[in-house]
Amino acid sequence: MYVAVKGGERAIDNAHAWLAEERRGDTTIAELTVAQIREQLSLAVNRVMAEGSLYDPDLAALAIKQARGDLIEAIFLIRAYRTTLPRFGASHPVETAAMRCDRRISATFKDAPGGQVLGPTFDYTHRLLDFKLAAEGETPAAPTATPTPGPTPHIMGYLDREGLIQQENPSDTTPPDLTREPMQLPASRALRLQALTRGDEGFILSLAYSTQRGYARNHAFVGELRIGAVAVEMDIPELGFAIELGEITLTECETVNQFKGSKTEPPQFTRGYGLVFGQTERKAIAMALVDRALRWRELGEEDQGAPAQDEEFVLMHADNIQATGFLEHIKLPHYVDFQSELELVRKLRREAEGAAHREAAE
Amino acid sequence: MSKETERKGWMGLLARAPAAEVHRLWSESGLTPDHAYLRAPEVGGVMVRGRAGATGAAFNLGEMTVTRCALQLGDGRVGHGYVQGRDKRHATQAALIDALMQGAEAAMIRAQILTPLTEAETTRRQTRAARAAATKVDFFTLVRGED
Repeated sequence: MYVAVKGGERAIDNAHAWLAEERRGDTTIAELTVAQIREQLSLAVNRVMAEGSLYDPDLAALAIKQARGDLIEAIFLIRAYRTTLPRFGASHPVETAAMRCDRRISATFKDAPGGQVLGPTFDYTHRLLDFKLAAEGETPAAPTATPTPGPTPHIMGYLDREGLIQQENPSDTTPPDLTREPMQLPASRALRLQALTRGDEGFILSLAYSTQRGYARNHAFVGELRIGAVAVEMDIPELGFAIELGEITLTECETVNQFKGSKTEPPQFTRGYGLVFGQTERKAIAMALVDRALRWRELGEEDQGAPAQDEEFVLMHADNIQATGFLEHIKLPHYVDFQSELELVRKLRREAEGAAHREAAE
Repeated sequence: MSKETERKGWMGLLARAPAAEVHRLWSESGLTPDHAYLRAPEVGGVMVRGRAGATGAAFNLGEMTVTRCALQLGDGRVGHGYVQGRDKRHATQAALIDALMQGAEAAMIRAQILTPLTEAETTRRQTRAARAAATKVDFFTLVRGED
């Protein structure tokens, strides 16, 4: 039996009014603008774009403001908005080799052509709280130098030339889209990469960490990590040619993993791949590690029963909006469900007590 | 440069340019051509794709917001605007500029709108590239003596 109950409207309205007041906080403190969030909390904005699966810094900043800084709630808002957008089409695959890099490092080759470019990184900071930020003040301009003209080559290209790394087979086959069709398992690598790039950073990070600790042994080197801007190009049917629709910032991580070889493949290095919206380095590295762990079957490796090798476990639990939706729904009214459980337990209790009495009488 | 390549060039430039900058330059040009919408400005999403391992099979990375519009000038010229983000005015101005670039106003538009946009974009890119270049590591090896 399903019984609708009414009567919560006034309480709900008042709760939302109070929520708005609490969101604003102390009114003697200046209100945050969306532009301030976009510019000054940009890594939070990037995470919301990546997991919200929609590149739009202004919307992500608005969502963060509305969600009072609860990033999963902000991602939820972006996902909901995304579903209202008509789909104009799909872009050509972005050319990350042509990225205008803000940062580009390799942990495998010190003298990589193009050099080690640190970019605006937290690495090498001392992780000591900087109390100067608590005071207002001017930020001095960052030093500049003359850039090397032209694109920065991918480091994997050098290993590729020697044939020491597993080849990627270029293909323009229309990839599956989990926002359009329910996820089918076993999944192709394309579907896995889509699920991982929009998956929860904490979940992907923990799984990646588990592979480093030995749950699916895959010692990964960061062959290359790059962050920067790439153009997005799409065919426009009414024009009959492709144009650039804009420019987005991406983080790309390519890992190199040792591989002993199999019946069909000689000993070589294999790859893990991470590509994520925005400056989202932790997520991109974690994605590459989990991508590599999930490739055990195609590479003829042993199934160690590790969580990161279990495609169903990883893909079905990576989405924080699905997870939070199911988790949080249990706090909503289940009065009738629970009433029937209560009746059942009382009945079982009566039966058990009745049986005990009968036994005692006999 | 072919006509198509040129058109791709200005359409891409208008798509990437900040909406406020396009609006300022358009307003300053004083142009107010009569036009009718063939497709009213519309906000939508485009699925951005990447490739596994940067060079392999395509996969869906996530969507981006795009606003598009198509219009026709009084003299019949048709303009298309596809711009990043959700600014309908930006898409309309991009379509108007696209239409006007196909006629006598081309030289004036190039001088007053496209060239300044290109210069601003070049400056933005150079500013970032110069900061990145300053963070490039210069390795040197410390001399390690045998004794």
